Amino acid sequence: MSLRRTLVTAGRVLAQLRSDHRTIGLMLVVPCVLLGLLAWIFQDTPVFDGIGASLLGVFPFVVMFIVTSVATLRERTSGTLERLLTTPMAKGDFMFGYALAFGVMAVVQALVATGFAVWVCGLDVAGPLWQLVCVAVLDAVLGTAIGLLASGFARTEFQAVQFMPAFVLPQFLLCGLLVARDRLPDVLRWLSDVLPLSYAVDAMKSVTASTAPGADVAQDAGVIALWVVVALVFGSLTLRRRTA
Amino acid sequence: MMNYAVEIERLRVVRGGRVVLPDLSVRIPAGQVVGLLGPSGSGKSTLIRAVVGVQLVESGEVRVLGEPAGSAGLRRRVGYVTQAPSVYDDLSVRANVRYFADILGMPAAKVDEAVAAVDLTSHADTAVGRLSGGQRSRVSLACALVGDPDLLVLDEPTVGLDPVLRRDLWELFRSLAAQGRSLLVSSHVMDEAVRCDRLLLLREGEVLADATLPELLEATGAVDAESAFLALIDRGQEVLR
Ligand SMILES: Nc1ncnc2c1ncn2[C@@H]1O[C@H](COP(=O)(O)OP(=O)(O)OP(=O)(O)O)[C@@H](O)[C@H]1O
Ligand SMILES: [Mg+2]
Repeated sequence: MSLRRTLVTAGRVLAQLRSDHRTIGLMLVVPCVLLGLLAWIFQDTPVFDGIGASLLGVFPFVVMFIVTSVATLRERTSGTLERLLTTPMAKGDFMFGYALAFGVMAVVQALVATGFAVWVCGLDVAGPLWQLVCVAVLDAVLGTAIGLLASGFARTEFQAVQFMPAFVLPQFLLCGLLVARDRLPDVLRWLSDVLPLSYAVDAMKSVTASTAPGADVAQDAGVIALWVVVALVFGSLTLRRRTA
Repeated sequence: MMNYAVEIERLRVVRGGRVVLPDLSVRIPAGQVVGLLGPSGSGKSTLIRAVVGVQLVESGEVRVLGEPAGSAGLRRRVGYVTQAPSVYDDLSVRANVRYFADILGMPAAKVDEAVAAVDLTSHADTAVGRLSGGQRSRVSLACALVGDPDLLVLDEPTVGLDPVLRRDLWELFRSLAAQGRSLLVSSHVMDEAVRCDRLLLLREGEVLADATLPELLEATGAVDAESAFLALIDRGQEVLR
């Protein structure tokens, strides 16, 4: 692996994104619109403070999952991946390049969405804001890692998009957003204890609810980071230098 | 002793359940332009993929510049241009070439050189998605040229180009060979055979001929590569080497 090749790959992915203004716009505006809508629906109730924070954990994951799985599938089908793997490019350079580029995007998205939630929608955040942003970035990297993994199983872009509900919706249902995780039936609770999005949402909730959430957030972040590593390792197995 | 860029021994490739290359052995000399000709579906791209090391092979040995195909040491020394242009449509011509230059650690000056070599300087800042088909395939070629490879493996690089451009590119290939580089170039266009030092005629995954054009014409009594090829096909299994 090489730092230079990782960085130039991240730079190239960002340059591609930059040329696609509409995608950038959607990545930044859609979370704000949804947060605003929720704040409006639940105005004069305390509900938004709970759900709003959880959603800040869900957006970066979902958005980066979709963007990454489609982008890497495009590399597979256009032949650019085959070509890159005949160069000194290591699989790790490729994957970390993507993770880095979308991590940068995630920082921007997290800043915009958090700012909107706090200053426009009046979300109460008891803990430090920087921790909120850190969790959002880690979450986005998780989405990127799982998106890379998912794209290995898709043959067409239609399939890649269908993986969104398949990989993401079950996690969304079980992450504690609809029913608190400790009130789920046993089997579902075990499942939710394994799935990474649960920890992203837990971390977000801790930051908004507690004034000193550091320890809780660090623990959740550890689990998410573990998932990132696992997804990247399995994802790299789906990048084959030789194909049939 | 002859110096070989590619040595293939009893290569067997099966793709999607069908035998594409049953048992292929051939040697490609270094420092020459070798043309890989054959009808559609004869296995040209498959052979090329085996040479650059991206094709799963069932058995046999492929050695490139003295090393097993696809080994790490070759990744700087072999340039590969796929049949369908593999470039990023949303990046400019220069950004595409620069990316491949950066991967290989080539200096920035090489980028403009490669863009000029494929005659795209006037389009250097245009997004590749806005170029014509022939222009896109030239971008793909520039991305391989920029690495200064010892062996260039080109899958139909001149498809869809006009006669002037085709002549220019073949002059470029010839000058690369004159510098001692090796080129393996597949083509549908039989009249490009004139430009090659050697020809490899493939039919249904078998080598029908491995010879120079004059040898081929003499053996078949034909007047040009196309009729020589047809004559060889009509003769059936007879192989010219
Ligand atoms: N991705 C693939 N999966 C399975 N079989 C394939 C695949 N690509 C090609 N083949 C089969 O391999 C055979 C040879 O294909 P190949 O692409 O090597 O031919 P070619 O000589 O390059 O043809 P063309 O001149 O049309 O590019 C064909 O019969 C084709 O059916
Ligand atoms: Mg082909």
